[in-house]
Amino acid sequence: MATVADDHHAHHPTGLIRWITTTNHKDIGTLYLLFSFAMFLVGGAMALVIRAELFQPGLQIVDPHFFNQMTTVHALVMVFGAVMPGMVGFANWMIPIMIGAPDMALPRLNNWSFWILPFAATLLMSSFLTAGGGPAAGWTLYAPLTIQGGMGVDLTIFAVHMLGVSSVLGAINVIVTIFNMRAPGMDFMKMPLFVWTWLITAFLLIAVMPVFAGAVTMLLTDRHFGTAFFNPAGGGDPVLFQHIFWFFGHPEVYIMILPAFGIISAIIPTFSRKPLFGYTSMVLAVAGIAFLSFIVWAHHMFTVGMPLIGEVYFMYATMLIAVPTGVKVFNWVATMWRGSLTFETPMLFAIGVVVLFTIGGLSGLMLGITPADFQYHDTYFVVAHFHYVLFSGSVMAMMGGVYYWLPKWTGHMYDEKLGKLHFWLTTIFFNITFFPQHFLGLAGMPRRIPDYALQFTEFNVISSLGAFGLGVSQLLLAYIVYKCVKGGEKATDEVWDNPEGLEWTLPSPAPYHTFETPPVIK
Amino acid sequence: MVRLNKAFTVSLSALIPLAVATPVYAEWGLNLPTPVTPIGEGILNLHNWILLICTIIFVGVFSVMFYSLYAHRKSKGHKPSQFSHSTFAEITWTVIPTLILIGMAIPSTAMLIEMEDTSEADLTVKITGYQWKWRYDYLDSGVQFYSNLSTDRNEILNKNEKGENYLLEVDNQVVLPIGKKIRFLITANDVIHSWWVPQLAVKKDAIPGFINEVWTKINEPGIYRGQCTELCGREHGFMPVVVKAVSEEEFDAWVAENAPKEEQAEETQSGVSGGQTLVAVSAISTEDGTDDPAPAIR
Repeated sequence: MATVADDHHAHHPTGLIRWITTTNHKDIGTLYLLFSFAMFLVGGAMALVIRAELFQPGLQIVDPHFFNQMTTVHALVMVFGAVMPGMVGFANWMIPIMIGAPDMALPRLNNWSFWILPFAATLLMSSFLTAGGGPAAGWTLYAPLTIQGGMGVDLTIFAVHMLGVSSVLGAINVIVTIFNMRAPGMDFMKMPLFVWTWLITAFLLIAVMPVFAGAVTMLLTDRHFGTAFFNPAGGGDPVLFQHIFWFFGHPEVYIMILPAFGIISAIIPTFSRKPLFGYTSMVLAVAGIAFLSFIVWAHHMFTVGMPLIGEVYFMYATMLIAVPTGVKVFNWVATMWRGSLTFETPMLFAIGVVVLFTIGGLSGLMLGITPADFQYHDTYFVVAHFHYVLFSGSVMAMMGGVYYWLPKWTGHMYDEKLGKLHFWLTTIFFNITFFPQHFLGLAGMPRRIPDYALQFTEFNVISSLGAFGLGVSQLLLAYIVYKCVKGGEKATDEVWDNPEGLEWTLPSPAPYHTFETPPVIK
Repeated sequence: MVRLNKAFTVSLSALIPLAVATPVYAEWGLNLPTPVTPIGEGILNLHNWILLICTIIFVGVFSVMFYSLYAHRKSKGHKPSQFSHSTFAEITWTVIPTLILIGMAIPSTAMLIEMEDTSEADLTVKITGYQWKWRYDYLDSGVQFYSNLSTDRNEILNKNEKGENYLLEVDNQVVLPIGKKIRFLITANDVIHSWWVPQLAVKKDAIPGFINEVWTKINEPGIYRGQCTELCGREHGFMPVVVKAVSEEEFDAWVAENAPKEEQAEETQSGVSGGQTLVAVSAISTEDGTDDPAPAIR
């Protein structure tokens, strides 16, 4: 039945203006996801520069200062350009649908939150054009090294401010939406776990992004305005920067993984044909992880010369996080147990995430054991650990989520054979790249070096070969998504076999406006 | 306290067959290098023990999962159950991991307490990190010198073949006596560095304006190599640490030979003043090393 309101909604701008002015959560979700993938390729290219240089001992390709810029900007781009915006893309697309709301609570703010990002990314990239090049002190930006850097550091600081504003505004939008716009009957304890993980992540974002902004602003004033927060000659303390940074930094890594846990918790029940095991425990585990994430930050700093009591406390608190995280892994396995399992591409990614993220979690536990950490800290063992949790955790979960929801977004099934190929190539090359890095770290190879002693050669060669394979394989994902958007087997409403969730009650592709009338929740 | 720690270390070694095979295992390039200090041995044992537990947990959990992937596949006709919670299971798999963690935490705490006890040292060496070299001051005897990477630039630039200790060789090694408790006082002149020798199992950040303390006791003579382990600028990968552990007699002879005479300062760097303050002045050198007296690699 066409009404005046329907007529108005039936027409929205087309072309470039549509994408610039859209306040529609589906459009904005798409923008975030496309931006995320573009940044993933940019950050990935930087990683390949790193791995190309590290393919052999000796300096072959880049200058050490440029190498340091690559390691720094690779991480900044991946964290702030690929993973975080990607997760926000999923939040935008799926949260309103999952709770039966017509859109996010603050649609115009939503548009602005996205459009800050391309400008922030441009600002960050422009640092390479300055005399001293881009930032080269590691993404952790430790003082006093960053005090030394050229204008590239200042541009990075401003880019970080912009990224932080985008994240905080997005987080506010998520919280307000979930609190106020759930359809009648959609109680908190009926929400899909993905919504819970984003609700909690949003609180983490609001709590810690301002802390990061504070840290980099203090860096800016130390650099230009005569303060001495981190300069001992002026009565300051370099380690203060580390405390402030990691107070942000540790919750930040949970900001990157919790929505991934939410995606996995959506996929596994569907392909097990069984409800998510232990829903209440899963919610409590996410909340527990989020709470603990605030009180463990100094495990990134065990070698700075902390008092013994500090080292002991942070060791215990860090080890504790293994408990709720383990609960989640056990619950996912219990979801599969005695289900009726099929292994389409989303499920392959979900299973891969559970196994490989656990490897990262266990190496994380090892890193949390302070006396042992003295041998692992700032070596490739740490690099291996965080790539296992970030790539095979956050990134692969997002890939799984893309395959899972792409038919709902586009109305077409993606090419299942190609999807499976992409999964296997990614998983195999990922492990070839990063598993040997555990050995490199244990054998004594430090992080952030452009050249290494001869005994590290073999595993570096293997790691670099894996990296190139991994990088090239991601072009396949681009092709698969493109092909699916263009056409493919028509997707049904349910897409999968009797899945749970409001999204599967909608047509595929989901209409531009959904749930303008709230659904009935049983 | 020390006796309690020894008991832990000994009992761990007795319990785990792995510990007996440790020296061999450590040479394969897959594990921590062969330790030459009691703390290093303790850490290797702790590491192996924790790794073993983690491996058992991983294999245990994922055997169950892989079994499920096989036995509960739809293509085998398995029909899905619909159970979705079990308070008993949740409690069990919360309590048991907690107990395992407590089991890990006890020897770890003991090890840490032992590592942080720098009291009653026989010898004190002050280590200062610079961009991009180390400086050593033997506070008891006055021996002082800088230690620079001695690998030829042409090896790095692939013009010459690389030597055996490529990137891990220096002009002046840190000579230390075996069998003595050595305390290191670690600081830096400019940015944060970190002093690490894997076989000694000593790593501590070198922070400008502050002094960190760490100790070691080396069991056997030999040459032990490490690197700077905190990103400190362009040449971070090119400022290694080389420790030469010798008998007490050899050490005393070396000290006698190298201790400064009345007005002589041990200086191997031109253009740098011999005075050393603990207070860092920021932004002396730019990040690309244009003001640095040490030769840049490029």
